[in-house]
Formats: sequence, C-alpha cells, structure tokens
Amino acid sequence: MVELTHDSRPIIGRGPALGATFITLAIASIALMVADHRYDQLGRIRGWMAAATHPVQEGVDAPFRLWNWLTGSVADRSQLRRENLELTARLRLANLQLQRFALLEDENRRLRDMRANTSGVTERVLVASILNVDLDPFRHRVLLDKGAQDGVFKGQAVLDGEGIFGQVTRVNPATSEVILISDAEHAIPVQSNRSGLRTIAVGSGDSSKLSLPFVTGESDLKAGDLLLSTGMGGVFPPGYPVAKVTTVKRDASATFAVVEARPTAKLDRAREVLLAWFKPPVVATEATAAEAGASPATAAATPSGQTTTGGANPAIAPGPANKLTKPAPAGAAVSQREAATPASQQRPATAGAASTKPREVPRQTPTEGAGRSQSAPAAAAPSSPPVPAATPSAPISAPPAETTAPSEQSQAAPPGPSGTRR
Amino acid sequence: MKQGMIGRRLLYWLSVFAGLVLAIVPLPSWLDALRPDFALLIVIYWVLTSPRIAGLGYAWLAGLFLDVLRGMVIGQHALGFLIVAFITHRIQLRMRMFTLLQQVVIVMLLLALYHFLIFWIDGLTGHGYTGWRRWLPILSGALLWPLIVASSDSLTRRAR
Repeated sequence: MVELTHDSRPIIGRGPALGATFITLAIASIALMVADHRYDQLGRIRGWMAAATHPVQEGVDAPFRLWNWLTGSVADRSQLRRENLELTARLRLANLQLQRFALLEDENRRLRDMRANTSGVTERVLVASILNVDLDPFRHRVLLDKGAQDGVFKGQAVLDGEGIFGQVTRVNPATSEVILISDAEHAIPVQSNRSGLRTIAVGSGDSSKLSLPFVTGESDLKAGDLLLSTGMGGVFPPGYPVAKVTTVKRDASATFAVVEARPTAKLDRAREVLLAWFKPPVVATEATAAEAGASPATAAATPSGQTTTGGANPAIAPGPANKLTKPAPAGAAVSQREAATPASQQRPATAGAASTKPREVPRQTPTEGAGRSQSAPAAAAPSSPPVPAATPSAPISAPPAETTAPSEQSQAAPPGPSGTRR
Repeated sequence: MKQGMIGRRLLYWLSVFAGLVLAIVPLPSWLDALRPDFALLIVIYWVLTSPRIAGLGYAWLAGLFLDVLRGMVIGQHALGFLIVAFITHRIQLRMRMFTLLQQVVIVMLLLALYHFLIFWIDGLTGHGYTGWRRWLPILSGALLWPLIVASSDSLTRRAR
C-alpha cells in the first residue's frame, strides 16, 4: 500500500477553529456568487483576477501556438505552392464576387441613405485568435486574445469567414469570453434567404446544430434554406449567414415543425475570428421617442417588467440576451410579452429564446414596423398569421398581437421544442 | 522548520497550479467531458497529508482561481472546493488509515458531492446541463486517485 506522509505538527491546538473558517469562507463564496451573478458587481475584481490568471492561459496556449508556428515554418515547398495556388484561385473568385458585391453595397447604401437609415453596416473588424483553452465541456464558450484594451465590448458580434460565430459575453483586460451561437443559452433572430420568413435560431449545445423551435407546420421553410441574421436586437449585423436548414420535420398533429439547421461558421474548428463594429441601431431612438410619446403605460412597465424577467426566470438571467435587453429602450414590450407568454414557463433554453426574440421589438421602424410587427409575433406564435398586428401604430402593435398569441401557444408549447431540448 | 514550511507551501501552490493548468488544457471533445478535476484531487491530497499547511483557505483560493480561469460564476468552484476540503479535514485521521481502495471510494463520494453542488449552482444560475456525461469526472477522478497518491508521495519524499 502507498504510505501517506504525516503532518509534522501536533493535531490539537493550532490555528483558528476549523468550523469558523469554514463558515466564513462559505458565506464569502455565497456572497461572491450573488454579487457576481445577480448584481453583476464583480467586473473589476474579475478583471484583476483574470489579469492574474492570464499568464496561465497564455502558458497553456503557448505550446499550441508554437506547434502551429513550427508546422507553418517547416512546411515543405510543394505544400506551400499548392496552398498558394489554391488561395490565389479562391482570391480571384472572391474578387469577382466582391465586384458585384461592391456595386450592391453601393446601391444598398444609397437606398438606405434615402431612408436615413444606415444602421447595421459593418464599419470595421478586428481579427482575434481563439486561445487554446477549454472552458467548460457543456458550454460553448471560447476565449479570445483581445480584450478591453483593444476596445472589445460586451455584446459585440463575433463573425468568422463563413458566418456568424457568437457574441462577447465577458470582457477582461486582455481577453474576452465569447458565447457561440450553438450554446444552449443562445438565440439569434434569423430570416430565411428564400422566403423571408423570420424566426429564432436557438443553440442546441451541439456545435453542428441549431434548432428553430418557433416554426409552424405550414410556414415556408425547407431543407437547404440559408438563414441570415436579421440585425434585429442590434447585436448582430444584418445579412450575414447564420445557418443552413438541414431538416424540417412536419407533424400534422403538432403546431410547430421540428427544424434543425447547421451553422455556417466553423464553430468547432475556427482558429481566428472577427470582432465586428457596426453602426448602432439608429432606429432605436425613433422607437424610444414613439414609445415615450405614444404609450406611457408601456414605458411605465419597463422597470417592473425587467424585474419580472429576472425574477420569474432566474434561469436565463446570466444569458447575454437578458443583459442586452437592459440598454434596449423598448425592453418593456419585451418583458411584458414574456410575462404574458407561457413560453417563459418552458425550459430555460426556450425561455432564453423568448428573451432574445423581444430584442427585435426596439428595432422596428415606424416605416416598416407594420410589416415587421406582423412577423415578429409570428415568430413566437406563428400559427396566427392573420393576426391583426399590422395595425398602424408600429412599435406598440405588439400587445394586441400577443393577446391571441399566448392562448394558442399554451396549447402548442408542450409538443413544440421541448422534445429536442434537454 | 520555518524554511521547510515555506518550501512546502510553495510545493502545494505549484502543484495546484499544475492542476489548474490541466483543467483548461484543450482536449478532444470526447475526452473533455471525462476530464478529472485535477485541482480538486490535488487539494484533497494535500489537505489529507498536511491539513494545517494546506488548509481551507488554500482550497478556497484554488477554487476561486478555477472559477476565474473557466469563466464561471465567481465562488462556485470555491464553495465546492471549500466543502470538500472541510469534509476531508474532518475525516482525515480516519482516511489516512484506509486502504487505497477504501480511499478511492471516499474520494468518489467527495467528488460526487462536489459535482452535485456544481450542478446545483449551475441550475440556479441557468446553465443546467443535465446529460449523464456531466457525472463522468466523478468516475475518472476516483480512478485517478491512486495515481495522484503514488506520484505525490514520491514527490514529497523527495522534497522532505
């Protein structure tokens, strides 16, 4: 048997009482947890500690970087030539597409200028590499090597060459944590490229799969459809590919179809990603003005509504979605709806979707609000297309829609997404 | 003796940092769920062998560092480490008399408690993953225990 070494000091009569230390530290850790999670008060302390532990992460990452560098620098000539040829070919193709794209972008910008709305145009990007550090096997988070020093902010969109990758959830001085779109706590508003159908893509906890829980049986979506970001909610720039629909299973007895999509971004393989800065939503201010003027009731409901979000649904509290609703001016419509919708009583992940979805609301322009507000509730309770949501009062038109929505959804909820969720 | 104690402390901290590094070293995804809690096992070992040098504060700080490294709610692993260290502390006299197999069982129970606590806090903070793979580290950690004991024993013998 292996012999265990002994302590050289006597057992009795040294140091403070064990129980006292235990109780003190236990209370301290509970206090820390509450402060961190509930009140988000530990930003600075976490920053210091993250700075202290940063060398450890760098140390873990260094051998991998060294290996990459070594393999890169000792690659043989033929391989380099091959790569070079391949890249040249791809570049030519990309340039060709870019020419067309430049034209379109120009036209788009002109059209947007006419509408005095230039939001959602990506202004600049910053390349960040993913540190070779495992955070948690069950959460899809990665650590980037850019942080507050580089201007990274919380809620920033992260893209890779192929599509939308995730968003920043936590910013440390030199690093930042990103939640991938495949994380079970993440939801992103998307739009089908082909049919224009708007819905929500929720992460599944599997990096090759997103699920679309709010698609009705009769909605126009089929396998192969490309889902683009809508830009609603103001986190992600609009028009970037998010996922490709892989399966659509319709069941006549269920209200919602079971839809799965594969993210276009290389969520599990990407080494480098882009942090995007795009113009903040101009529309939001208009929505605020409209809301403040037209609907005092909604405005008054804002604080209470937000606490409802946190209180009724503590499960979703840490999600970036929840935190991002705070700055959004029309969070009231959000939480009101969430309070009214039985979706909030579903599983955490689904509830997370419900809390993300409402982020669309502040983005509604008065000009096209009518069209959007119809599709926005339709995402929550899509079985009600002929809902009288297309009323003239654009941002406030959500409440009338939801009066019909919940009743239908309450029946529809169980067979819906819960089957695919854990 | 003072000199030796500083050396000891250094050794304990270095080893727990090695455990923390192992906690974030990238592994292939199938192995990732199986990753044992190296840092916790090391803490248990040191608390067991020299409970008054490696005390509760040591365990708690190690847990705190793990929280920050893995981007968890601050205090989650710290509380888990603290409770495990406390129990280990209470039963260390008995546990040192146990055979290795008995120790493995106890360690498994401690790890189960720890993982249940983490699971519980995860649930409270809305990160609940409820799959069975979540509990795998209990098994892998318990299986790793004899190895930790053997290697650390040889290490301390050299350090002494």
